[in-house]
Amino acid sequence: MANVILTINGKEIVVKAGTTVLDAAQEAGFFIPTFCHDPLNPGFGACRICVVEIKGARTLVASCCTEVAHGMVVETESPAVVEARKTIIELLLANHPADCLTCDKNGDCRLQDYAYRYDIRGSSFRGEKHNYPIDDSNPYIIRDMNKCILCGRCVRTCEQVQDRQVINFAFRGFNTKVAPAMDTELAESDCVSCARCLVVCPVGALSYKNLAGKARAYEIRKEPVTCPFCDAGCRFDLNYKGEKVIGVTAKESGEGRPLCLKGRLGLELLYVDKPLTPMLKKDDRFVEVSWAEVLGMDNVLKKLIELKSN
Amino acid sequence: MSSCTCGEHAESQEVAMQKLFDKYRDYKGGLIPVLQEAQNIYGYLPKEVLQQIAKELRIPFSKVYGVCTFYAQFHLKPRGRNIIRVCLGTACHVRGGSKIFEAAKEHLGIDHGETTEDLKFTLETVACIGACGLSPCMMINDDTHGRLVPKQVGGILDSYE
Amino acid sequence: MKNLDQVRLKYQEQYKQKLGKNRIVVGLGTCGIAAGGDKVMQNVKEEVAARGLDVEIDFTSCIGMCYREPMVEIALAGAPSVIYGDIFADKVEKLIESHIVNKTPVYEWAVIQIPGEATPYEGIDIMEKSAYYEKQVRSVTSRLGRTNPESIIDYIATGGYEGIEKALQVERPAIIDEIKKSGLRGRGGGGFPTGTKWQFVYDARGDKKYAVCNADEGDPGAFMDRSVLEGDPHSVLEGMMIAGYAIGADEGYIYCRAEYPLAIRRLNLAIAQAEEHGLLGDNILDSGFSFRIKIKAGAGAFVCGEETALLNSIEGLRGMPRVRPPFPANKGLWQKPTVLNNVETYANVPFIIRYGGDWYADMGTEMSKGSKVFCLTGKVNNTGLMEVPMGITLRDIIFSIGGGIQDGKKFKAVQSGGPSGGCIPAEHLDTSIDYDSLTALGAIMGSGGLVVMDETTCMVDVAKFFLNFTQLESCGKCTPCREGTKRMLEILQRICDGKGEMEDIDTLDRLCRVIKNTALCGLGQTCPNPIATTLRYFRSEYEAHIIDKRCPAGVCSALLVYTILANKCTGCGACVRSCPAGAITGEKKGPHAIDTDKCIKCGACIQKCKFDAIIKA
Repeated sequence: MANVILTINGKEIVVKAGTTVLDAAQEAGFFIPTFCHDPLNPGFGACRICVVEIKGARTLVASCCTEVAHGMVVETESPAVVEARKTIIELLLANHPADCLTCDKNGDCRLQDYAYRYDIRGSSFRGEKHNYPIDDSNPYIIRDMNKCILCGRCVRTCEQVQDRQVINFAFRGFNTKVAPAMDTELAESDCVSCARCLVVCPVGALSYKNLAGKARAYEIRKEPVTCPFCDAGCRFDLNYKGEKVIGVTAKESGEGRPLCLKGRLGLELLYVDKPLTPMLKKDDRFVEVSWAEVLGMDNVLKKLIELKSN
Repeated sequence: MSSCTCGEHAESQEVAMQKLFDKYRDYKGGLIPVLQEAQNIYGYLPKEVLQQIAKELRIPFSKVYGVCTFYAQFHLKPRGRNIIRVCLGTACHVRGGSKIFEAAKEHLGIDHGETTEDLKFTLETVACIGACGLSPCMMINDDTHGRLVPKQVGGILDSYE
Repeated sequence: MKNLDQVRLKYQEQYKQKLGKNRIVVGLGTCGIAAGGDKVMQNVKEEVAARGLDVEIDFTSCIGMCYREPMVEIALAGAPSVIYGDIFADKVEKLIESHIVNKTPVYEWAVIQIPGEATPYEGIDIMEKSAYYEKQVRSVTSRLGRTNPESIIDYIATGGYEGIEKALQVERPAIIDEIKKSGLRGRGGGGFPTGTKWQFVYDARGDKKYAVCNADEGDPGAFMDRSVLEGDPHSVLEGMMIAGYAIGADEGYIYCRAEYPLAIRRLNLAIAQAEEHGLLGDNILDSGFSFRIKIKAGAGAFVCGEETALLNSIEGLRGMPRVRPPFPANKGLWQKPTVLNNVETYANVPFIIRYGGDWYADMGTEMSKGSKVFCLTGKVNNTGLMEVPMGITLRDIIFSIGGGIQDGKKFKAVQSGGPSGGCIPAEHLDTSIDYDSLTALGAIMGSGGLVVMDETTCMVDVAKFFLNFTQLESCGKCTPCREGTKRMLEILQRICDGKGEMEDIDTLDRLCRVIKNTALCGLGQTCPNPIATTLRYFRSEYEAHIIDKRCPAGVCSALLVYTILANKCTGCGACVRSCPAGAITGEKKGPHAIDTDKCIKCGACIQKCKFDAIIKA
């Protein structure tokens, strides 16, 4: 493909045609914040935090959805851009719990990072805030929709897997919410707890139940590991606090495969010192089950036992 | 039209739903018309019907729910036989639309979005029904009533069964 | 290729015969029906039958004078048509007795007459010379109120489907050139040149293309599209057919809001008639061109008037706008190249093809050609629909056609363009209106809704009203619109409640700027306009609310103080009984007083007082 020459913050840059302004700027070493941008599912353009100024454009443009063009002149931190980003962060904070002190995402939260970068000490807007009950019905995932910034990355990642598509946007306007069908708790839905959505959530709306309250983000050292339970080779992270693995978190799925609960729990059994008792959904309710059952090894075990007793 | 559980009625509703699915199964973008017609059949959209629609049209249930809750037309709870929509558009607003709404509210003893106990009326507001020349106005079902004064409202409502 | 000559000759003959009889025509647009037109029609039928009169009874749609509905037209064979206004059912008997039986028009009820070739009646305004119509043109609205919208005979007899016939005889690019030559710009709000848009879709590669009509007219105060759909549905179909042929589409969709049941019914009827006549379907008039039109009823979401949200809605999705580019011209409905125009734009097309682009470009201004349909509502005497040449002044529209402000009050502002538009103050009344001049004033042409406000309208309240609307209708996808409209509304509410601070104005300014600059779709980007324009032209009203805790127009109830004028109060006690808060006290037959601390400012006392002794300020 042909190359395109453009100017970003006064610097001349050559990139391949078809590149987004966001990628071009980041390649050139310029910072642009993003919330809703997902390199695997691009083109959503909802959060507007990545706006930049392009000379001649009627408005600021979302850099994640705009392709570079010859002679384009881009400013990534002009006064208008900075004002817009500050305002967007303030707007999000105005409808977000101010509980960073106890939030498990503290230290690993984009909203927090960007507020720090743009020196937002709180929101100047006051008014109605969402007051949704926290959904901890699922044994693995806690959903706090009060912290959700509606970037939609969880919806789009869940959509990638055929037969899941468990969550979607519901309602509209200020009341828009990511919800399972009929706005039930997650446990009532068909969610299989694969945690793909947790991988992409940029804030504290989705978190691991087994890690809740166990460590600050900066105390955790992550070591990647490839799941050995099938040949898909999904990637997970071992979460170390000191020398101990306190939990396993999803990282990315193998090519064309979903992440699965079995893999994550299997890795917990392998690596975590004191893994929690696994739970599976039976008759629409989560119940404690044996490791053999969760790992699908019931039959194998039975046969082994049979062989042994013979 | 409220949902009825008596055998015959329920059966005819199911037949109607099957016809609906046959018509729209291979129709591109059929979800919204199916929801509209299902709502005509049941008067609202019960959970089971939404599940059935999701299954028949092979659309995720969460997505069906997302569409339902996006559009103001769809209702997940039973509704009154007569739907009152008081216009609070610009023209009606400046000519006292909210007084018409208050009059309807008072007459029926229900608030915005509510349904009377006898399922006779559901009271709603609408942003504009495009009859601004006749403001203030309200729609009851498909009838538009224009140039209203608050004291007329009770009489008009009483004329509906 | 086949032509319609024979059919047209036959229908023209039938149409002429119809016009040659004694006729009674009842206006049955939504406005006519709302005012009681159905009952009028019923009485007309009964009266004619009871008297055994030889009269052709017909109906038509709205001629534009909504403020005079129900309207009835009566014409004796060979005599002028007289159009009567405010003909409620109880007037039918006298009307028929006088005009049909005694052959004397009821002069006091007559609004206008259309003499045609007959000698006009003395003492009734001739339509073209009447105050309401003198400055209007009747092009895209020419059939409204004049023909039966449910009759394809009327349509074809009056030149209908000549456009598509003519179009099918020339090469497709020639059609696009003709539209470009006409200078037609999108009538839905954006004002994008229609010919250029068609060119994009023509140039776009794709085996399948669509022509989509946006009939999701949702601006409060706008009913242009409804009037055209109800009054001349075939013209919209014909415009879409011509567009379909020009760009190479074989399928069209009309996305019509569900709140317009009559329009949807008439469209369905028109489609069935056109199919019967071989004008829709395969191989139209043996030309090799095939085209079908489907109707999709909206489901109650204002944002679906935004073109990409509309496409999503047709596809059965949530009506959330898509990021552009790609533009619908390249990736539209089901990712296929799609041309999207609104009702009025399509309805103009057959006329342009029939009479030529030059004819159309003769009307209007340098950059905005042709005519525009507006809906005038609010506190103006003549509310209704009008078609005017681009470039006419607001003053002409409001004072000549609209007949000035109700109750002799003072004009304050006119809101143009709905929730995306702005309030234009008196000092700009002489602006000649076109797309660009309105944008320069901070408003927009929009789809054509004009809401007139007088001195009793509070501009902060107006801004609040529009923000409430946008906030409720925001799709929720992008942050600035979803969260920003909510906060702007809350700030406006505080100001109206007397709890505003001067910093609020700066915050509003900033939010207006940021939302305009960053929102995802056109609706989001324009939603601050009602605030931005009122801040620009009526800043002092904001300041009065904030600093003096006073609403100059006397609207914001939290800021009003109710007082009883001692010299007018008779001490009748009516107000005391009406007060729900027990705030009024006084000796019988002596002057009463209101305890402002207890008063909840409901206004009940003012309504009850027969002596105008209570004032609010």
